[in-house]
Amino acid sequence: MKRLLLFLPLVIAVGVGIFLAAGIGKDPTKLESARIGKPVPAFSLENLNDPTQLLDESVLKGEVALLNVWAEWCPSCWDEHEYLMWLSKEKGVRIVGLNYKDQRETAFSFLGRLGNPYDEIIFDPKGSLGFDLGVYGAPETFVIDANGIVQYRHVGVVNKQVWEEVLQPVIQKAKGNS
Amino acid sequence: MYPELGQVSLILALLLALLLSVVPLAGALTGRDSLQAFARPLASGMFVFTGLAFAILTHAFMVDDFSVAYVANNSNSMLPWFYKFSAVWGGHEGSLLLWILMLTGWTLAVAVFSRKLPSTMVSQVLSVMGMVCVGFFLFIILTSNPFDRLLPNIPADGQDLNPLLQDFGLIVHPPMLYMGYVGFSVAFAFALAALINGRLDAAWARWSRPWTTVAWSFLTIGIALGSWWAYYELGWGGWWFWDPVENASLLPWLSGTALMHSLAVTEKRGVFKSWTVLLAIVTFALSLLGTFLVRSGVLTSVHAFASDPERGTFLLMLLGITVIGSLALYAFRAPVVHVRSRYGSLSREIFLLLNNVLLVTATLLVAIGTLYPLVLDYLDMGKLSIGEPFFNTTFSPLAVATGLLLGAGVFSRWKKTDGGWLGRKLLWPLAVSLTASVAVILIYGGFKPWAFAGVFTAVWVAVATLWDLWDKSASRQGRLHGLKRQSRSYWGMVLGHLGVAMVMAGATVVSNYGIERDVRMVPGDSAMVGDYEIVFTDIGNRRGANFTAQYGSFDVLLDGKKITELHPEKRNYPVGMSVMTEADIDGGLFRDIFVAIGERISDDAWAIRLQYKPLIRWLWLGALVMAIGGFLAIADKRYRIREKNQVKVADRAAKTGSAQAAGATS
Repeated sequence: MKRLLLFLPLVIAVGVGIFLAAGIGKDPTKLESARIGKPVPAFSLENLNDPTQLLDESVLKGEVALLNVWAEWCPSCWDEHEYLMWLSKEKGVRIVGLNYKDQRETAFSFLGRLGNPYDEIIFDPKGSLGFDLGVYGAPETFVIDANGIVQYRHVGVVNKQVWEEVLQPVIQKAKGNS
Repeated sequence: MYPELGQVSLILALLLALLLSVVPLAGALTGRDSLQAFARPLASGMFVFTGLAFAILTHAFMVDDFSVAYVANNSNSMLPWFYKFSAVWGGHEGSLLLWILMLTGWTLAVAVFSRKLPSTMVSQVLSVMGMVCVGFFLFIILTSNPFDRLLPNIPADGQDLNPLLQDFGLIVHPPMLYMGYVGFSVAFAFALAALINGRLDAAWARWSRPWTTVAWSFLTIGIALGSWWAYYELGWGGWWFWDPVENASLLPWLSGTALMHSLAVTEKRGVFKSWTVLLAIVTFALSLLGTFLVRSGVLTSVHAFASDPERGTFLLMLLGITVIGSLALYAFRAPVVHVRSRYGSLSREIFLLLNNVLLVTATLLVAIGTLYPLVLDYLDMGKLSIGEPFFNTTFSPLAVATGLLLGAGVFSRWKKTDGGWLGRKLLWPLAVSLTASVAVILIYGGFKPWAFAGVFTAVWVAVATLWDLWDKSASRQGRLHGLKRQSRSYWGMVLGHLGVAMVMAGATVVSNYGIERDVRMVPGDSAMVGDYEIVFTDIGNRRGANFTAQYGSFDVLLDGKKITELHPEKRNYPVGMSVMTEADIDGGLFRDIFVAIGERISDDAWAIRLQYKPLIRWLWLGALVMAIGGFLAIADKRYRIREKNQVKVADRAAKTGSAQAAGATS
């Protein structure tokens, strides 16, 4: 019986191996979300830049926007930030930030260093809105149409390729619908 | 012509590795000395040909031979010579060659330094090392040939080395790290050899110990150098990012630390054998896993190599064969636990067992945090960062628990420690550490629960270690005589634990009392960071060997007196079209002042990052102290003088099936 116990490491190793094997050659993939086609959940959270001002779901209405989930602690967010800057400056895309499980000071230092591409930033230190949206971690980017309906969810880094092949077509479609 | 010779020597080395993995093992299993005698010459030959290949690649870099694709991708004729040299391991193929050079180097070292070991053991160990070498030779020859040519269209100049890597840090960081990773292959080979011939005894543990310790010391230095490099070169002022690649090096370090301690128990008391051998396998497997994570592109990271599915698949196969093969061998051959020696509930055995439990838990946590994104990916949920909050909240309590346990464990005795005695023993160190940590907290200002816990743990470890040293060095012939009488391995332990205390103190204080400010400044402005006033005096331009730079001049003032001047830069490397932030740091034993230039906000205004980092140097100094401890421990006399008796000890231990005999002689 004890001998069987010694096989446990082998079993665990094989299990981990399967996940590793599946990881090879895969790219950050798109992700279906139960939220797609439904409105952004109601929330009332502080504005990152102004603790006295509360933001709610109306900031995501009126114009097609990207809702970008980010945090200072997330290395991939540092990677994608320059593309967000490019999107907001060169392409004029409206980007709303969701500062996820972060602290105000660190968030500010992040923006001070890399620039601020966001029209508004929702401050969500506990991750409550993130939870309602089904966020697994940062970075994630949602496409929200003018009526505040979630049209698409992208998990992982936004870059030029993701923009051209994935996000831009979805945004075009969303603009066409509304 | 030369590059082709390099490739040929790699192939020859592969052939020698194939022979090494079969012939001595066959000799050991059939008892033929003539076959076993091949082990040492084969190991030497393998090293010589790998060294030759490495020298040829280095030569190609030095003479700017851009017909070699790897040189063209990682060098440039304008690069200073020392960066051309370090560029040899600046990319995937070359760093893999360095890795293999070290693997064959370790193999040779085993061949040279194990003359006193039983020949069957040596043959088996070298054969296992040979098998690992075969895998990596196949990997480099089949998927990552550094000698591939760009013919006939030879580029006029190279694409330059990534500017991040043009730094002293890169010259030394990878070699140290690889020495550590690869060094664990020796402990692994010893473990497999012991499993093959069914002799998992105190002698085996004694032979494995110095190899494990030295590999661990190299890894410690490697990790510290990486952290130091990230601190001053990445320009963010952070020292640990919980990045997958950093975690990949931390994993074998944690399990290697556990291995060192459980090897001690196995050597001295002959218990935990199955556990120790499993740790030896797991530690090397984690080293391989690290290589896989960095080179396969399955995880996004700051310093991952370009991803290539073919390489990833090959490495995973290699990892799979190694891990499944060794764990299967383990499952069939490891002794099912039968405790011969008894130990009480407060014995040193128990303390070291708890140490192992904590370290393995920490390993698991880091592994879960690192691999969790991969698991999500498998379930089609995309890739993401799990992030610092997870690691910080889970890792810190474990570190504190390990430290508290360490302080008590230092005083414990083998077999049995009297609870009341231990309690009395700990009373004074407890009082001293409480007072000292309260003082530290007051100096840095402000009580924070975690800061207090961290500082207290660090002081506790240091005080307990020194207290024990004081006790042990009591001697009638005076204190100095008593200190001299301590063995080198004891001094090694003292330094190792003091190093841990320094790292804990540094990490706690800098995370809790460090100050970071991002400010907008125009020349003439001044800003405060902590007690220091930073004055932005000027901004200018300069030209470097292969870059142009804008540099700022900053005066650092303390109480109105100027203490130093700093010149952070923003460098522009035209060849690779990249911009680099070079922070300037005024370093000190008790604090660093860190200034970096960020974006230009308007014509004369700049975003400036100012940081005050108390005790940050202790992180790296502590790691250095730990590593020195490791090197000191292996210089202990008993590893040399007793070599003569080694065979006898091994035989006796094997016969009685108990480690008492070996334990008593040490």
